[in-house]
Amino acid sequence: MNDEAIRIITENCVGCAACVKACPFAAIEMQDSDDAPKGSLAVIDLDKCTLCGACVEACKFEAIDLRKEAKPAKDLSGYSDVWVFAEQNGGHIESVTYELLGEGRKLADDLGMSLCAVLLGSGIQDKSRELVARGAEKVYVVDRPELEYFRDEPYAAVLIDLVRKHKPNILLCGATTVGRSLISRVAVTVEAGLTADCTGLAIDPETKNLLQTRPAFGGNIMATIVSPDTRPQMATVRHKVMKEAEPDESRQGEVVLHDVAEKILASRARRLDFIAEEGSTVNIAEADIIVSGGRGLQKPENFDVLRELAEVLGAGLGASRAAVDADWIPYSHQVGQTGKTVCPKIYIACGISGQIQHLAGMSSADIIVAINRDADAPIFRVATYGIVGDVLTIVPMLTKEFRKVLGK
Amino acid sequence: MHFVVCVKQVPDTTDVKIDPETNTLIREGVESIINPFDMYAIEEALRLRDKLGGKVTALSMGPPQAETALREAISLGVDEAVLLSDRAFAGSDTWVTSYTLAAGLKKIGDFDIILFGKQASDGDTAQVGPGIAAHLDLPQITYVRKVEEIDENRIVAERLMETGYEVVEAPLPCILTVVKEINEPRLPSLKGKMAAKKAEIPTWGAADIEAEPDKLGLDGSPTKVIRIFTPPPREGGEMLEGEPDETVPKLVEKLKDVVLGAR
Repeated sequence: MNDEAIRIITENCVGCAACVKACPFAAIEMQDSDDAPKGSLAVIDLDKCTLCGACVEACKFEAIDLRKEAKPAKDLSGYSDVWVFAEQNGGHIESVTYELLGEGRKLADDLGMSLCAVLLGSGIQDKSRELVARGAEKVYVVDRPELEYFRDEPYAAVLIDLVRKHKPNILLCGATTVGRSLISRVAVTVEAGLTADCTGLAIDPETKNLLQTRPAFGGNIMATIVSPDTRPQMATVRHKVMKEAEPDESRQGEVVLHDVAEKILASRARRLDFIAEEGSTVNIAEADIIVSGGRGLQKPENFDVLRELAEVLGAGLGASRAAVDADWIPYSHQVGQTGKTVCPKIYIACGISGQIQHLAGMSSADIIVAINRDADAPIFRVATYGIVGDVLTIVPMLTKEFRKVLGK
Repeated sequence: MHFVVCVKQVPDTTDVKIDPETNTLIREGVESIINPFDMYAIEEALRLRDKLGGKVTALSMGPPQAETALREAISLGVDEAVLLSDRAFAGSDTWVTSYTLAAGLKKIGDFDIILFGKQASDGDTAQVGPGIAAHLDLPQITYVRKVEEIDENRIVAERLMETGYEVVEAPLPCILTVVKEINEPRLPSLKGKMAAKKAEIPTWGAADIEAEPDKLGLDGSPTKVIRIFTPPPREGGEMLEGEPDETVPKLVEKLKDVVLGAR
């Protein structure tokens, strides 16, 4: 970064300090200055500044100039089509794939390109039918015993081989354990830009670049990102963020069997065993209704109160980080920035204050219900319906009332 | 054996609040901390060293103030630390960060295991660990919740997945990213704090790690942030007023159609 990459235009700075507040890295401070129109000038600490541009967005007086070096335009015309990595587990295609196909369809249409799926596995060829039904015009299939279950190196190497041979314009992948382990290896090796956990994808009408929008700082801030000079433009999307493509069995598509050299399937790591999770296997990420508990429950036993309500509603059971950290409930129930992202029809937050990191995991629920003793709890700002009161009184009453109404 | 832990200094986002009037981040008084997931990586490295002998080195890429994070790592028991810092690194995306850290790791050289936390709490991408594995052409085990066996040649670890866990064996050297289930991080000791005060932490710049200049910083990053904005706040909702025997039936009335439709 040269010293001119970002600078304050002194004549325009009115000393309002909006930039100081906007900077996520505390890199700006106000200093007295005789040169500034109002005597107070924003000064950027270049050692702390990461050139993120939040200050430029915040400044209403065009007093901040962020100049990015224009690169000579590369010829990217050889790259075509929108690809979706079809994640499968034991022959079952993960539903995040259908969400990516749903979104990918719109992107492909905007670009006038084809939507394709990439399917790796063993004895997997027949499954391409399902991908075609969901909108894939072409399915690249690599069917080898070595690919029976996910292993980082061969899966990455096969995907890299496909990308190099067929040059997709866009490559989408689910932000799952498998997806996240795999996709960064691919992006680094093919020298392509990769954006994680996108909540929005669109094609820029002028540049035709993929606009990738994602949250940062626990969802406080949204960033729109592009990869203008590299292909494919790679992005991961979390489960339940986009809408699934509807299946249409009448759709036709092409299956392309791709052959790879032996050495591409080599793996230094090997699986010795797989143990399915014991106990409740309710995957809350799939649930339409979630009843969730936080520190306001006061004691781990009080989760039983929520369990009863969850049972009556056929709901999944969620938890805030505070409850998980206190060992009141296993991590698999944690909703939030470092837990699961959920998008249910109803999210009932009981005794949860509504920290930003928790909201990052559930704020796109259709209906949010908040029950909390603290009328100032931030959760009430996002709740569709709020009740200020004692969770331990209200939830049992809710359970009773729902039993009546649902005839249970 | 030589264990290297990559750590990142991040703002303490549990303290980050939104100013309700301007809808922007309130950054005053927000501390910088070691990325919470990295604490588990540091602890695991220390445990492996305590079990097998050797040393733990902490490596971080960041502005000069990131040195405080490395001193904190030393206060926990880490033996040595190195800071990668250079104005040329500013504005790096994950591709370039992986490249830069990989160059630093190459200079460190004789590592057996490189450990990472699962993701950083500011960027949340989880990309750098596997990215470095690609740059250095190393095998990786991600989402490690337990190390079952380890010796100089191989490691057997449990990898946490959505529906259970996998037991994976990998040869060394390799890369691990860890999740919180793996351990309980220790607190700094008095001895550690004194060592942290006295420790000499070298700073390596772009030239020291022989990095190619066009693969650094903002200009070297394939991804570019073109806009930052605060998301529109969710539409205000309705507070249900009254005693529980009034509010509860009201709430159930509002929800019952959706509940019936969902089942």
